[in-house]
Amino acid sequence: MTDAIETHGLAKRFGDTRALDGVDLRIRQGSVFGLLGPNGAGKTTTIRILATLLRPDAGTAMVLGHDVVRDARKVREKVSLTGQYASVDEDLTGHENLVLMGRLLGLSWRGAGARATELLEAFGLADAAGRQVQTYSGGMRRRIDIAASLVAIPEILFLDEPTTGLDPRSRSQVWELVRRIAAEGTTVLLTTQYLDEADRLAERLAVIDHGRVIAEGTSRDLKASVGSSALHLRLASADQRARAQELVSRVLGEAILPGSDPMSVTARLASPAQAAAVLAALTEDRVELAEFSVGNPSLDEVFFALTGRATETENSEGKP
Amino acid sequence: MTHPLVAMRARPHPASAPSAVATLAWRAMLKIKHVPFQLFDVTVMPIMFTLLFTYIFGGALAGSPREYIQYLLPGVLVQTIIFITVYTGMGLNTDIHKGLYDRFRSLPMWQPAPLLGALAGDLFRYSVASALILIMGLILGFRPQGGAVGVLLAVVLVMVFCFALSWCWIIIGMLVRTPESVMTTSFVFLMPLTFASNIFVDLKTMPGWLQEVVGRNPVTHLANASRGLMHGQPVGAEVAWVLAASAVVVIAASPVAMRMYRKER
Ligand SMILES: Nc1ncnc2c1ncn2[C@@H]1O[C@H](COP(=O)(O)OP(=O)(O)OP(=O)(O)O)[C@@H](O)[C@H]1O
Ligand SMILES: [Mg+2]
Repeated sequence: MTDAIETHGLAKRFGDTRALDGVDLRIRQGSVFGLLGPNGAGKTTTIRILATLLRPDAGTAMVLGHDVVRDARKVREKVSLTGQYASVDEDLTGHENLVLMGRLLGLSWRGAGARATELLEAFGLADAAGRQVQTYSGGMRRRIDIAASLVAIPEILFLDEPTTGLDPRSRSQVWELVRRIAAEGTTVLLTTQYLDEADRLAERLAVIDHGRVIAEGTSRDLKASVGSSALHLRLASADQRARAQELVSRVLGEAILPGSDPMSVTARLASPAQAAAVLAALTEDRVELAEFSVGNPSLDEVFFALTGRATETENSEGKP
Repeated sequence: MTHPLVAMRARPHPASAPSAVATLAWRAMLKIKHVPFQLFDVTVMPIMFTLLFTYIFGGALAGSPREYIQYLLPGVLVQTIIFITVYTGMGLNTDIHKGLYDRFRSLPMWQPAPLLGALAGDLFRYSVASALILIMGLILGFRPQGGAVGVLLAVVLVMVFCFALSWCWIIIGMLVRTPESVMTTSFVFLMPLTFASNIFVDLKTMPGWLQEVVGRNPVTHLANASRGLMHGQPVGAEVAWVLAASAVVVIAASPVAMRMYRKER
């Protein structure tokens, strides 16, 4: 089977900004693939190139075996894009927006109307079908926006930060949708800044930073690259953090993962058994713990380990 | 959310070019339905203009308001429809910044369809505005000697010209940042174009140098042609001039607009 997506050395610059600096990706059909990276990493640029909205300056991108530059129309026939910012007509109602898409995709008026109703039901928007989209809440907008990309089920669905700005309930609704879309056989490429989102949804993921893929694999692979497991300590008081770090380093060697929370310490464990030694050392030294746990490293820690810095999610909202 | 998403595994064949244009024109109509202020906006102004000019200047300019409106009304129609063309550029600009054109551009449809669909919707808007102005004119005593056919031909000619002019605002709509700047930029051109014309005042009453300038203004030609058609006077040359000018603008501006539209953002 041809790959859903295959790119080689994809590069794109905007003025002096190197948005993409040689992106190589290979994504199999029928999977959910996560593209993970902080603000400005190049996620949107990558997706826009793959959806034929931008031309790469260098490199090639094949989508389902079609070149995105030379065979743009073939690609458009098979993919759908839900961009980072809502792209439906806010003056029209939810139903009208979906009928518009249906008609443009070649459905009859009647077929487009029926499909619109069906999708509004499936997305929990039936009650708002006759209201102008500008009256929708953020979560409803996101859903109508995704629905607009599913009027005809695409072979590949691009979702650019589908849950940014949504409350936890709306997020899990979108996750549920993504799972169902994938279960129907559509390949989903989603970008996110949320590590837990990629972890939950994507079978494979690529971490992208400064326009380059810095790691690729299953979420398990990526976690393995920072150690088989991770030790999390939560201290009773911040005063004891330095002391705790010193003790952990003495037992485990150079294993402490950087972090900014003054109440906690995280370290890489070669094996879970080492945890006992750490606990013994801490107890002996009367370091008071609020929490002590051993688990898989989170993708946050993976990101730390890969880039040596935290993900920059502070300014993720508020762009027009 | 319990219903299946499927039902449509095979994608339908994308819409043909005419059907895509028709669908996008339907969208433009829906916008008028949902935001009727768009129409209100463009009809109040001409009604105001006509009333003010007819009754304040009518006596001085043409002897009586009733005589003046015979001269003025075809011109006010021209001016109004020309002003409305700016909405084409503003609408496009809004759509681009709302990301709607990204969605359109990622669909497998004939690429100029969104532009032509918007223009088709505008033609509808022009028709409504024209009808309103004519009705008001008839109430105020406007009596076109060319009859219904003459009036209809004049309206069609104005629409042809405005269709051409719209392509210029489409270009501006893609160049500037906000719908408001589309408006201000366009009016920098439109104000002199419409006021330095013979819409309100006969060319013969102007000083010689001004006649030179105003006489070359395309809007003067259009106003002459529409006045002539409405009153059943022979204005074949003016009509031909307007049609030729419109063709030149479309031939020059539409490829530029299309290239800019296809260009990435
Ligand atoms: N049209 C543009 N003009 C100029 N610079 C751009 C443009 N689009 C993107 N960039 C720049 O390219 C870089 C990558 O942008 P991109 O939007 O792909 O990042 P991203 O990973 O999607 O970030 P975010 O999480 O903020 O959406 C950024 O530095 C951005 O400022
Ligand atoms: Mg982005």
